[in-house]
Amino acid sequence: MTILEIIWFVLIGVLWAGFFFLEGFDFGIGMQFALNARDQKDREALYQAIGPNWDANEVWLVTAGGATFAAFPAWYASLFSGFYLMLFIVLLSLIYRGVSFEFREHMPTIQGTQLWERLIALTSFLVPFFLGMIFTAMVSGMPIDARGNLSAGFFDYVTPFSLVGGVAVSLMSYVHGLNYTRLRIDGKLRTRALKQLEYLYPILLAGEALFAVLLFFYTDFIQTQTVWTLSILVVIVLTTVIGWLLAIKQKMEKLPFVLSGLTLVEVVVLLFVGLFPRVMVANNPLHTLNIMNTSSSTYTLKVMTIVVVTALPVTLGYQIWSFWVFRKRIVSHKVVE
Amino acid sequence: MVTLVGILDLARFQFAMTTIFHFFFVPMSIGLGVVVSIMETMYVIKKDEIYKKMAQFWGKIFLLSFAVGVVTGLIQEFQFGMNWSEYSRYVGDIFGSLLAIEALVAFFAESTFIGLWSFTWDRFKPSIHVLFIWITTIGSAISSLWILAANSFMQNPVGYAIDNHMGRAELKSFGALLSNRQLWVEFPHVVVGTLVTAGFLVAGMSAFKLLKLKKNDKEVLFFRKSINIALIVGLVGVVGALATGDKHAFELQSMQPMKYAAMEGVDKTITSSERKDKAQPWSLISVTNPDTHKVIARIEIPYVLSILGNHSLTGGNTTGTTELEKQLEKQYGKTHGDIKNYYVPENTLFYAFRVMAVGAGGLMMLGLVALWMNRRKTQLIHTQRWFLWILGIATFVPFIINTAGWLVTELGRYPWVVYGLMPISAAVSPNVSVLSLLISNIIYFLTFATLGGIMIWLSRRVLHAGPNAEETEELSPSDPYDNLAKGAEA
Repeated sequence: MTILEIIWFVLIGVLWAGFFFLEGFDFGIGMQFALNARDQKDREALYQAIGPNWDANEVWLVTAGGATFAAFPAWYASLFSGFYLMLFIVLLSLIYRGVSFEFREHMPTIQGTQLWERLIALTSFLVPFFLGMIFTAMVSGMPIDARGNLSAGFFDYVTPFSLVGGVAVSLMSYVHGLNYTRLRIDGKLRTRALKQLEYLYPILLAGEALFAVLLFFYTDFIQTQTVWTLSILVVIVLTTVIGWLLAIKQKMEKLPFVLSGLTLVEVVVLLFVGLFPRVMVANNPLHTLNIMNTSSSTYTLKVMTIVVVTALPVTLGYQIWSFWVFRKRIVSHKVVE
Repeated sequence: MVTLVGILDLARFQFAMTTIFHFFFVPMSIGLGVVVSIMETMYVIKKDEIYKKMAQFWGKIFLLSFAVGVVTGLIQEFQFGMNWSEYSRYVGDIFGSLLAIEALVAFFAESTFIGLWSFTWDRFKPSIHVLFIWITTIGSAISSLWILAANSFMQNPVGYAIDNHMGRAELKSFGALLSNRQLWVEFPHVVVGTLVTAGFLVAGMSAFKLLKLKKNDKEVLFFRKSINIALIVGLVGVVGALATGDKHAFELQSMQPMKYAAMEGVDKTITSSERKDKAQPWSLISVTNPDTHKVIARIEIPYVLSILGNHSLTGGNTTGTTELEKQLEKQYGKTHGDIKNYYVPENTLFYAFRVMAVGAGGLMMLGLVALWMNRRKTQLIHTQRWFLWILGIATFVPFIINTAGWLVTELGRYPWVVYGLMPISAAVSPNVSVLSLLISNIIYFLTFATLGGIMIWLSRRVLHAGPNAEETEELSPSDPYDNLAKGAEA
């Protein structure tokens, strides 16, 4: 295992973490089209809150996929072909979600607009749900052959663990989105978001506890990375508890938003630390894919590292600038200047 | 379950369907980006509100096409792993890096700046705001550079070595990937193609609108000016497309002779020195029997193939498909003995190539006539309704040409997924079931039909509402929005 290989394993984790932090609240805002908005003004305000940024946030996912292809082609090949139908649903959801944002405002009737907005809500749930399922199934051991091909049945993909994983990621995204609403939108949406958070935080904590228990039964994380796994689990719970207290008791906005994003980041960290140095866990340990047997050549990794070191600071710079441009709070009848 | 079709056929069908549909919107959005950028730049320079309205109006069509282009592009990023896992394992070291760079240096830029552009009309002064659309446009053009570098590697693999221990191709020279001569005929050809697509789209939609407008309507000026800007862009594109297309075909003679021979309908080798006129004739029409691979009927024009293939009135030779088949069998027999034949679908390539050439020629004449009829001092273009109809229908021609171009490029690669290196049959995911592929194919098909239909419907609605439509008009009268940031732009 070379330093470059480890750097790229970490970098792919960073890209996924960035994706869930940023697109996580986009999904949460999307779900609020159905679960928080009461009228068209609310939905327009929700759209305004993510309109300029959601597309760039989604590029984090594309880049994570591309980086996996570039740095660990055999991982990319096994993962994407092995989770075919689930990724197909993710893809389809992203397609309909993406066009819905654009189509909704061109509809001649309010019913037409609402049709696309329902799709936004549904797909915003489906994407994190299935990504959560895929990741939990990926770490819990799948039937992989010597060539690295995954041929699994329904009950390999759908287990209590993967279902809880899917629900947990969706719920975390939703809570993150409610915190984003608190941060970016004024008016009743904001008040209702707080009310929802009041009862969602305890549910989320219960979900995290259940996830931790199932993690023990379905993965070898506790055995292989005992200290790390337990510490990260504790950190996840602590982050949620602190976010809960700050959001509900202190009525704070910025910090709970950062914390709900961090829980998503910490889940990615948990999975990547538990996996290391593996990338996909097979039922038969001999067929487990790891960093060494899936990585690209040193030359390719070098080239890619140079590109990333050059391009990433610029990319982050203008993305952050864009968030700064759109920092103003939105009320459901006008933009506050 | 009786297997009527295999995973290979279904995966190939899916690749063709998803890339063709995606490539309706790619040239449309890149080209519209250029047109809108030019319009907004004219607004900054001339300070005439009509150019701002143009940029905003055509910007709506641009945003629609961009959205569909982006989401169908997601499929491309995923499907190499989903449907072509063996391919991904074999060339991921090279191909994957290009896709990752595309996302990192191009997708982030275009998606961030398109958000800034569409939401900040009233927040930045025009000279700053116009930069956002230019960065978006340049970003999307740069994205095509990377994906075409990836495609060029499949057409003409360079800068790699086979690692037998790992059982894959590995990158040896990144510089070679970027200086691939296939890339530098393909990339310019695609870029000028985007100008053709958007130029004739804007001109054609304007023509449809002029058919509906009365002579003294105040919007007439708007659409006539749009036609002028669009057609200048379109004509630059057509001339560029003919020049780069000629260069592209010329280079094929040495890179992919089978593709070239099929495009020109040459089954028996033509040696110009053995002919009376010392020149190669060009087939205007040619019909090949797909079983025997022999041309059974053709109409020839003397000299033309020498002009095209030898850049001279006479001389030059073209190796025919029959002879190439024998050569290729000999060349690859030891390494790829399982490949049955190297013939490509001759008739499809032959006619797809002619669709491109004839289409581009036709568009060039149409564009020149339209510009002449649209001179400032005359009403000619507005009185000749038949001509507006032709210009309107020409909206669709570039889309047909673009598809034809990709059919030539991709079908002409047969039987290789990476030319000379990996056959298509070895590239497919072995673990994906026929059922999974059937489901995804059917749903993609229905999705594309829906999205394509909605795109045309919404574009017509935008056109019908015209450049002076208030944003609020699009909302139901019973539930009016107040002006949000988006509404304030009107």
